[in-house]
Order: sequence, then C-alpha cells, then structure tokens
Amino acid sequence: MAQKPTQYYVPDQSPWPVITALSLFIVAYGAASFIQQNSGSGLVANDGSSGKILLPLGLLGILAMMFFWFRDTIKESLAHKNSSQLDVSYRMGMMWFIFSEVMFFGAFFGALFYVRLLAIPWLGGAGEEAMTHELLWPNFQAMWPLTVTPDGSTTEAMPAWGLPFLNTVLLVSSSVTLTIAHHALLAGNRAKLQINLFITLLLGFAFLFFQVEEYMHAYQEMGLTLDAGIYGSTFFMLTGFHGMHVTIGATMLTIMFIRTLKGHLTPDNHFAFEAAAWYWHFVDVVWLFLFICVYWL
Amino acid sequence: MQSLPKRCLWAGLGAVVISSNSALAAWQLDMTPGVTSISEQVFNLHRTMLWWCVAIGIVVFGAMFYSMLKHRKSKGHKAAHFHESTTVEIFWTVAPFFILILMAIPATRVLIAMSDTSDSALTIKITGSQWKWHYQYLDYQGNTDINLDYYSVLNTPREQIDRPVRAAGLFPKGAAKDSYRPDGNYPEQGENYNLEVDHPLVIPTGKKVRFLITSDDVIHAWWVPDFAIKKDAIPGFINELWANVPEDKPGIYRGQCAELCGKDHAFMPIVVDARPQAEFEKWLASAQEAQKQADIAAASSVDKTFSKDELMAEGEKAYLARCAACHQANGQGLPPTFPALAGSAIATGAAADHIAIVKNGKNAMPAFGAVLPPKELAAIITYERNAWGNKPADGVDVVQPRDVAK
Amino acid sequence: MSEHTLDHHAHDHHDDHEHHHGPAKGIKRWLFATNHKDIGAMYLWFSFTMFMLGGFMAMIIRAELMYPGLQLVDPNFFNQMTTTHGLIMVFGAVMPGFVGLANYMVPMMLGAPDMALPRLNNWSFWLLPFAFSLLIIAIIKAFLGIADAPNFGWTFYAPLSTKYGPESTDFFIFSVHMMGISSIMGAVNVIVTIFNLRAPGMTLMKMPLFVWTWLITAFLLIAVMPVLAGAVTMMLTDRHFGTSFFDAAGGGDPVLFQHVFWFFGHPEVYIMILPAFGVVSAIIPTFARKPLFGYASMVYATASIAFLSFVVWAHHMFTVGLPLAGNLFYMYMTMLIAVPTGVKVFNWVATMWRGSMTFEVPMLFAIAFVILFTIGGFSGLMLAITPVDQQYHDTYFVVAHFHYVLVTGAVFSIIAGVYYWLPKWTGRMYSEFWGKIHFWSSLLSVNLLFFPMHFVGLAGMPRRYSDYALQFADFNWWISIGGFWFGLSQLILLKILIDVCFRKKGAQATSEVWEGAEGLEWTLPSPAPYHSFTTPPLVK
Ligand code: HEA
Ligand code: HEA
Ligand code: HEC
Ligand code: CUA
Ligand SMILES: [Cu+2]
Repeated sequence: MAQKPTQYYVPDQSPWPVITALSLFIVAYGAASFIQQNSGSGLVANDGSSGKILLPLGLLGILAMMFFWFRDTIKESLAHKNSSQLDVSYRMGMMWFIFSEVMFFGAFFGALFYVRLLAIPWLGGAGEEAMTHELLWPNFQAMWPLTVTPDGSTTEAMPAWGLPFLNTVLLVSSSVTLTIAHHALLAGNRAKLQINLFITLLLGFAFLFFQVEEYMHAYQEMGLTLDAGIYGSTFFMLTGFHGMHVTIGATMLTIMFIRTLKGHLTPDNHFAFEAAAWYWHFVDVVWLFLFICVYWL
Repeated sequence: MQSLPKRCLWAGLGAVVISSNSALAAWQLDMTPGVTSISEQVFNLHRTMLWWCVAIGIVVFGAMFYSMLKHRKSKGHKAAHFHESTTVEIFWTVAPFFILILMAIPATRVLIAMSDTSDSALTIKITGSQWKWHYQYLDYQGNTDINLDYYSVLNTPREQIDRPVRAAGLFPKGAAKDSYRPDGNYPEQGENYNLEVDHPLVIPTGKKVRFLITSDDVIHAWWVPDFAIKKDAIPGFINELWANVPEDKPGIYRGQCAELCGKDHAFMPIVVDARPQAEFEKWLASAQEAQKQADIAAASSVDKTFSKDELMAEGEKAYLARCAACHQANGQGLPPTFPALAGSAIATGAAADHIAIVKNGKNAMPAFGAVLPPKELAAIITYERNAWGNKPADGVDVVQPRDVAK
Repeated sequence: MSEHTLDHHAHDHHDDHEHHHGPAKGIKRWLFATNHKDIGAMYLWFSFTMFMLGGFMAMIIRAELMYPGLQLVDPNFFNQMTTTHGLIMVFGAVMPGFVGLANYMVPMMLGAPDMALPRLNNWSFWLLPFAFSLLIIAIIKAFLGIADAPNFGWTFYAPLSTKYGPESTDFFIFSVHMMGISSIMGAVNVIVTIFNLRAPGMTLMKMPLFVWTWLITAFLLIAVMPVLAGAVTMMLTDRHFGTSFFDAAGGGDPVLFQHVFWFFGHPEVYIMILPAFGVVSAIIPTFARKPLFGYASMVYATASIAFLSFVVWAHHMFTVGLPLAGNLFYMYMTMLIAVPTGVKVFNWVATMWRGSMTFEVPMLFAIAFVILFTIGGFSGLMLAITPVDQQYHDTYFVVAHFHYVLVTGAVFSIIAGVYYWLPKWTGRMYSEFWGKIHFWSSLLSVNLLFFPMHFVGLAGMPRRYSDYALQFADFNWWISIGGFWFGLSQLILLKILIDVCFRKKGAQATSEVWEGAEGLEWTLPSPAPYHSFTTPPLVK
C-alpha cells in the first residue's frame, strides 16, 4: 500500500460543482414549467412548453456532472492522493447526509401520523371537534385506512401480506447479502464479495419490479391513486419516495459492482462501498417502518 | 430664502401635522382592556408580563450600563480575571425558572377559562371567505329554527381608499382607477375608515354567545379585540369561541381579519353590534321577517321577467358590492390573477358558461350560486354582459332569474 | 504524543504541489472556488446583496404604509413584497451571512487549512444564486406586471399557497428545495470540519464559542431543512398531483401544513440566532479584556436552546384551535427557553463586569445586540403566554418582536462580526470614524423603526395589512421615517466595505488586530494566508 500523506490535504479546484448547481437550476426551472403545463388542475395558465426541453436537459446535465465529479474523486482515490483524514471526512459527511434523509422521511411519517391520529378522528367528530362533524361532514366516518373520504370519494386499502410482504423479505435479505459482501471485502475475498453484491442487486431490482407491479394493480384495479384522498396521498408519497431511494441505492451498488469488477475497492480503501452500503441499509430500515405503519397497522 | 435642507425639514414637519390631523382617534399605546371579563383577565395578564419584563430589564440593563460606565479602560479600570462561579450561575438559572412558574400559573387559569364554550344562549356560525364574513344564526335559547343568515362586507367607499399615486395607476404600472381624481380632491377618510361594514353582526348583551368559525376558501381569522377573542377560520374544520358582553356594555365593537387571506386581507373588517336582550330580540324578529320576505321575493322572481334597464341598474349596484373587489369597477380586473371582464371571452360568450362560472366558481373565483338570490345573480350577469362595451356573441344580453335558477 | 508524530510526518511526506499554488486567476477563482476564504467572501457579498434587495422591498412596504389608504401599490403587490421581503431576508441575507462567517472563521479558529469538503462547499454556495434566481425572476415579473410573485407570506400557509397560489409558486417550491440542499450540504461541511479537522489538542471544550454555536446550528439545519423540503413537496403534489395533505375534503388538514412548516420554522429562528450568540461571545471578551464568563454553561445553554426548539413549534399556532392540552404544553416549553437564553445574557453581562472595556465599532454593535436582542426576547416571552398571544398574534407586536431579534439581533451580530474580522480578512483597518457614524445612525433609526411597532401592534394593527384604520396613522408615519433612515444608514456600511475591500484604504492591521483578542485566528498574519493552516498548530 502506498503511503498516505498525513499532512493536511486540500483537494484541487473543480468545475463540476458550479455546473451541477446550474444543471439543478435548469431542472428546477424546467420541472416547474413542465408541471404547470401538465397539471390538469387549471391552477395556472402557463403553457410551459419550455419545460419539455429544459427538464430533460437539466437532468442530463446532472447525470453528466455526477459522472465527471465522481470520476475525478475515484481517480484521486486510486492515486492515493486522499489523506486518511479526508477519508474520515467523507464517512462523516455521508452519515450526516443520511441523517438528513431520515428527517425528510420524518416529515412524511409525521404527516401520516397526524392525519391518522388527529385529523381524521377530528373530522369524524372526536375531541373538541363535534361541530366540525355535525355541521361540515355529517356523513363522514372516521377510519383508517381511509377508504371513504369526507367528500365521498372511495378507494381500497392495500393489503399487507401480499406483494408488500414479499418485498419486505426481498429487501431484508438484500441487506443480509450486502453485509456478507462487506465482510468479504474486508477479508479480501473478492469472489465472495462479487457474488453477494450481485445477489443484493438482483434482490433490489426484484423489489423495484414488484413495486411497479403493485402500483399498477393499485391504479388499475383498486382505484387507489394519488388523488384518492389522504390514504392514497400518504401511501404513494411514502412508498414512492422510498422507491426512488431504492433506485438511487441500487444505482450506487451497481456502480460498486462495476468497480469491483475493475479491481477497485480494497480492504483499506473502500469508502464508496461503505457509503453505498450504509445508504442501502438506511433504505431498508425505512421500508420496515413503511411496512409496519403504511401497510400493516 | 430658505435653504433646501430647511425646506425639506419644513415639508417633513408639515407632513407630520397633516398626518396627525387625519388621525381622529387618540393615540393608543397599549392593549385595550376590552369589555368582557375574559378580555379584562387577558389585559391584566398582559400587564403582569410587561411589568415582569420591565423589572428584569432594569436589573440586567442596569448592571450592564453600570459596568459600561465604570469598568472602562479610559477610566483606567483594570480587568479582573474571574471567569466562572458555579453559585452565581446556578442562581441565575434557577431564579428565572421560578419567575416563569409565577407567570405560568395565571396564564393557565385564564386559558382554561377561555376554552369553555359550554352553556351558551346563542350560537352563531361564522364563515370567512375572500373577503367577506357570513353569519348564520343557528340556535337561540334552544330554538334551532331561526333561519337567519347574511353576509357582511366592508363598505368604506373606494374613493376614500385609493390615494393619488395609486389611483393614477402609476405604480406598479397599470390602468388608472375609477377613483382617480385629476383635481387632487380626495375625500377625507371617515372616523371608522376601513372598519365599517354593511351588515354588522348583532348579538345580545348579558348572554354567552358561542361562535363556530370556519372558512370556505383560505384561512381567515375572526378577531374582536374588545372581547379578547381571535380564532382562525380553517376550511373544513370548525373552531369554537365565545364572548359574553356585560349588560352595561352595549355598543359597537370593531375588529378585523387577522390571518393573511390574499389580496384584500386588509379589507374584511368585523363589526359587532351588542344590544340589550330585548332590543336584540326585536331586531331578530324583524331580521327573520325580512329574510322571509326576501326568500319569497327570490322564489317568485324566477317566474317574472324583468326589463333590461331594471336588471342593469340592480346589476351595477350588486356588481360594485360583490365583484369589484377582484374584477374592479371598470371591469379591467387585476391581471394576471383576476381576469378582466371587459371583453372577456366568458362574459361575452355563451350565457350558460357565464352563469356557470358565477354560480359555481373556479379556482380563486368564489361560487356565488348559494350566496346571492337568483334575481341579483341575473342582474349582475346581465350587467357584465353589457357594461364596459361588452357585446355578447350569442346575442343573449339579458339574463333572467329563471335562467340562473336552472 | 500524537501531535508530535503528525508534525513529524508532515515534513516527511510533504506533498508540495498541493499547497503552494495560490488562487486560480480571474473568474475561475470564484466559479470553481474551493478555498474557504473565497467561498466565505462570496457568501458574505451574496448576503449583503440580498440584504439590499430585501431592504428595497421593505422600503416599498414602508412607503405604502406611511399613510392610511392605498398610496402606491396594489394590495396584491403589497403581499408579494411582504412575502419576498421575509423570504429574501431570512434565506438570502441572514442564513448565508452566517454561513459566510462560518466558512471564513471556523477553519481558522480550529487550526485547519480549509473546510473538510471543499468542493461540496463550492456547490453549497453556488446553489444559492441559482435558487434565488428562481425567486427573483418572479419578483421582476411582478414589478413588470407580467405575473404574480409569491404572495402568501414567508410562511406560505396552505391553502393560500396551494389551491390559491400564483404560477410562480411552483418556481418558489423548487427554489426552496435548492436552498435546502445548499443549507444541508453547508451544514454537513461545518460538522465534518469541526469533528475531523480540529488541530491536535483542540478538544471540544476548548473550541471558541462561535464554533460551538455553529456546530449546534449545523445540527439544527440538517434536522429541519429536510422537513421544509417535505413541506414544499407536499404543497407541490397538492397543487398538481391531486393529493389531499392540506385539504379536509380528502381527509387532510390545512393545519397539518402549519405543523410541518413550524417544525422547521421554529428551529429556523434559532438557526438565525445561535451563530449570533457565538459572534457576540467572541467580541465581548476581546473588548472587555477579560475571558468569557461561564464558558461551559454557555455551551450547555446553547445545546438546551437547540433541544427545546424542537418542542415549541406550535407557539406560532395558538389561534388555530389546538386542543387545550396542546396549547398548555407548547406554552410551558416555550417559556422554558427563557432560562438558557437568560444564562447567556447574564454571562455576557458578567463578562463585561469589572472588565477594562473599550468601545470600538464591533463592541458597540455587540452591546447593542445584547440589549436589543433581550428586548426582543422579552416580547417573545410575552408572546409565549397563550391567552395573551391570542391577542398579539398576527399583529405588529409580533412584527416588532421578530425584527428586534432578527435585525438588532442576527443582522447586528453579522455586522459586528464583519467589523471585528474585517482587518483579519483584508489586512486593513476600516475607518473607525465612519464605523461609529454607521453605528449611531443605525441604532437610533432602528429603534424609531421597530419600537413603535409594539404600540401599533398592541393597539390592534394586524400584520400583512396593506392599509389600516386611522388610529394607527401617526406611528406608522414615524415607523416609515425610521425605516428610510435605517436603510440609508446601511449605505455607510457599503461605503466602508468598498473602501477596505476594493479601494484598499485603511491602515495595515497587525496579526492580533485587537488588543484583547485571543484565539488561533489571531496568530495568523493579517490578511490570513490563502490556506489558513497548512500544518496543524499545537493547542495547549
Ligand atoms: C432570531 C430569531 C428569533 C428568536 C431568537 C426568537 C426568540 C423567541 N421567540 Fe420568536 N419569532 C421569530 C424569531 C425569533 N424568535 C419570528 C421570525 C417570528 C414570527 C414568524 C412569523 O409568524 O412570521 C417569531 C414569533 C414568535 C411567536 C409567535 C407569535 C405569534 O405569531 O403569535 C412566539 C410565541 O411564543 C415567539 C416566542 C419566542 C420566544 C419565547 C423566544 C425566546 O427564545 C426568547 C428568549 C430570550 C429572553 C427571554 C430574553 C433574555 C432572558 C433573560 C434576561 C432571562 C430572564 C428573563 C425572564 C425570566 C423573563 N416568537
Ligand atoms: C432577517 C430578517 C429581516 C430583516 C433584516 C428585516 C428588515 C426590515 N424589515 Fe422585515 N420582515 C422579516 C424579516 C426581516 N426584516 C420577516 C420574516 C417578515 C415577515 C414576512 C411575512 O409576513 O411573511 C418581515 C416583515 C416586515 C414588515 C411587515 C410587513 C407586513 O406585515 O405587511 C415590515 C413593515 O414595516 C418590515 C420592515 C422591515 C424594514 C424597514 C427592515 C429594514 O431593517 C431593512 C433595512 C435595509 C435596507 C433598506 C437595505 C440596505 C440599504 C440600501 C439598499 C440603501 C438604499 C436605501 C434607501 C433608498 C432608503 N418587515
Ligand atoms: C375573490 C375574488 C373574486 C371575486 C369577489 C369575484 N371573482 Fe370572478 N373571478 C375571480 C378569479 C380569480 C377568476 C379566474 C378564475 C380562473 O379562471 O381560474 C374569475 C373569473 C370570473 C369570470 C370569468 C372571466 C374569464 O374571462 O375567465 C367571470 C365571468 C367572473 N369571474 C364573474 C364574477 C362575478 C359576476 C362576480 C361577483 C358576483 C365575481 N366574479 C367576483 C375572482 C373573483
Ligand atoms: Cu380574511 Cu384576512
Ligand atoms: Cu418560534
């Protein structure tokens, strides 16, 4: 192993961050225009045609920037330019970033608990809200899952023990295989690492496949949609953002897989792998909460 | 000759004098003690808090100023070197804590008293919407068959509100307002400027009145300082509050909407007219009778045919009262949010569409179907289809109540 | 000892090419900046620009409110000014101002060469101008009368911001997302720098208080900015994808929005004041020539304030009709915050007590901070009393409260910090004469501006009003005069900054700059070298 510098190390300047910021601006501008154009809600009169061009353009820019930025970082890491101190910085950075993600999900879980435990009972006349029920929503029955909304639209609840349970099994096992892969990496057993990482990926993509399946079922057969009242809102927002995070995590793991094939990632230099693994475990834990709070109870 | 700075100074002072003249009401520095027993308790609590803060402030700032005066280098004061003292630090952690407990006790007591809405003699449902209040009498001493409800909107004349620069449409750029007066003669603002409404809420004194508050669109807040009550009007939920005006305090009490609710948030005042019980009951009976007559008239209007002139005359009046807040008296609206009706595709298009949007609303456009009687709706729509040079493309320039009632 | 080995190694494996290059030339130095001082400077200038822009909107508000009646602008436009004024000041002026100070000072105070993650740092900064462009485009359109800017208050309550929000709302939503990413990444950077880049011997309890307050602030940021992102995301889906989070008809609740917003919003106000505490805790000991009194209790107090800030949010919602128990709980918790804050105030006074004080401009602003912030704190405590808050709520009394804590609190502390550290940054002393004029002019005008707001508020003037009843007329005239005067006074600050930064005026500053100053930053020459510490200094 090459000697790592122990003196303070300061990375070079880089053009990628500012271009990433610009791309994000283009995405934001494009997305806002695009949404307005496509919102049948009639809230706004913006034809937003620029969104159709800007949104994909910006997304492309972000992908490109991620590629260049990470490429530079990987190069520096392979060239052993990074000090061990920087490695620690990266680790801490990733951990706090994951914490911020936890808080993001926290907002949606908070919303879920609020409507389940407070808003819906109130609409049904609980607590000090008897008049709310009597004067505004006399026909409303408080219940969860909320299959009949106060304004009378109906939907079905997603049962927990079908696909969702299968998905729980898939995701939990993927966490196990990933941990095995991690230990293999530390032990320098590359074959075991690659096999287990590959299985993890398969499990992850299987999860995504079944989730798409579940969504199609919900939309086509159950009338469970985003606009099916607060049950649909919380259901899709929580599972949807989770699915998005699974996708990101799976992408990260795919890149790790490719890098192991290329011979990157050694027992003492594998921050990227650990970051991806932490992320995956985080996504897994979020799912457990989802399974319990959204599907099961 | 006066120098320029001097002249500016005089101009400034002059402006102070003018602004003082226009302020007819006396300066008020503190919260009002109000008229109810709750408002008095709230006021006392406020004063207690204030004096606590002043006292603590005197101690803290006193020590600071003493130190700043005495312990300065220019006075040759040499710095001491102490930098902690557990005793002192514990003292000033614990002492404020006890002060807080002293503050919390009366606060808790008042709050509990305020939240008890039971045993009321009169129940009124108040619904806020952009930018008017809707009062419905639900229950008076057990009688739930009152059948009385009405709307209450600002009636300060537009000419008192728009002042020169804005009325001239100079900033932000836009058309001149109807209230623009090239001669510069803007009417004085009256004593209750911006605090007057067409139909005040009438309640009896000496009785506990319960208010049920909600909203049709965005959040508003119903606030009458003299009763020390303020509650948000939340669409889809009902909040409760109450007031009991003492028998010896009948009178007019004014309040305002206290939650940002869009453009005319500053223009939806509240006026409560508290009358002795007997007078209140007299008023109630006559108001019920008037409402009954109006209902009959509305029902029968559907069978009648009115002349265009009659509809136009009534329409103009009603339009100015109900619609001009958004679409402006000159029909130009306030684009981009509030569309112009002059030349609008809907106001000059198929009558059915025009009727539909006024009755059912759309986005920020409120639904008026349940708010106004058919004749008034017909009048407004007729007016809109003919005013400001509008010419209906389908030739339907007169809309009758029966068209609207369909 | 480990420091020793570190030092030893540093000379052995000197990787020269990394450390001897200076800044890149021209625009690239700024666009691609990874240097904490360059980025800090950009943050601070950005903050000042936004302060002027937000101030400009405040001037329109004050001009409109000078007399009763609608003077200049349309009520709808007025609401847009109020909204964007609040947003720009909070997210554009105060937060980036403190991040700028953190960027500049935290590495220097810790004996570090730079921030821990310099490229991330660059990204955090550059996200801001882009995020604000989304908002500013809407504001420009509003001025031209093409489209409405956000007009629902900086608190953007649903449904005014969802079903009734103008087109620009969606741009605003994404703008908030970008600001959130920027803040989170900036905060991650600060935390990592503090945990990982402290010089050997710099234990946590030896860190300057400014670093401590920023550590805790960064934690608050990471905890609440994602929640704000969640709030605006729910707004977006309610607006366009048919969800019913904030709509009772579908089983949601408009009040849910307020809970989510204030779960962010209340810690947010401490995000804007904790670093201010740090700045003041650095300045007062220097000019009192006496160590900070009660260092340890300052740290614990800061942590307690941060902790409590998570359980008081509903004190902004005392009139929404919470159950009685909820109102009581939030009232008690809010009142409790006075205890740790009091500890801080008392400690500052005790630091001055029996010191040997001089009153240079940073000290003047710091003292004004202590007094005026405390006044703002007192009105905060009054607001905490639920039954009375139901009277204060949404009146100018609240406006007075938060301008005291924000303008004479947060902004004064940023200004104090800038005067205090400017000689370290530029190597030149600012003009004490103009500084004093700036201070006294600001001090008098700011009180003329904000003190009478207490009176009109108590007398019953609601906030966010484009027009008011006649009994409020006189005070509003004076308030407006105070506003214009305070605004103009800030031009003096602009002049001073231009003199020092661009016209290179002023005497050469020594490395210690101030007689009583202590801390690692004062061991570096003025101006500090491009990479603050290339080898870790030893802290005893
Ligand atoms: C920097 C920003 C900042 C800070 C530090 C604070 C500090 C405090 N704030 Fe403030 N607040 C805001 C910014 C801030 N606030 C803003 C922006 C709003 C309005 C948002 C909006 O609606 O737009 C607001 C609104 C607001 C409300 C809602 C009002 C309403 O809308 O009805 C309340 C209610 O409880 C409140 C309370 C407090 C309290 C108790 C403190 C405490 O932290 C203060 C503690 C300090 C002291 C008490 C002084 C020093 C202490 C002593 C000397 C010790 C001894 C004292 C005693 C025992 C009394 N604030
Ligand atoms: C840190 C935050 C911050 C700061 C610094 C300020 C600074 C000022 N604010 Fe602030 N304000 C808020 C945060 C802040 N505000 C918030 C959060 C709200 C609530 C918004 C809402 O309700 O949604 C609010 C609301 C608010 C209102 C209430 C609006 C309403 O309810 O309708 C008013 C009214 O007077 C006001 C005035 C001012 C003034 C005069 C200043 C002055 O201190 C500004 C002075 C600065 C300058 C003027 C710029 C610099 C100078 C120049 C560019 C030179 C040129 C100057 C001239 C030509 C005069 N603000
Ligand atoms: C609260 C403000 C408000 C009030 C009061 C109001 N409107 Fe509107 N009106 C609107 C808005 C906003 C729209 C645009 C709705 C949309 O298309 O999204 C509108 C649209 C309309 C239109 C369609 C115009 C077009 O070309 O799209 C008509 C007709 C109309 N209103 C008539 C009326 C009448 C009649 C009244 C009074 C009885 C009235 N409005 C009162 C806000 C208001
Ligand atoms: Cu209604 Cu403000
Ligand atoms: Cu708060």
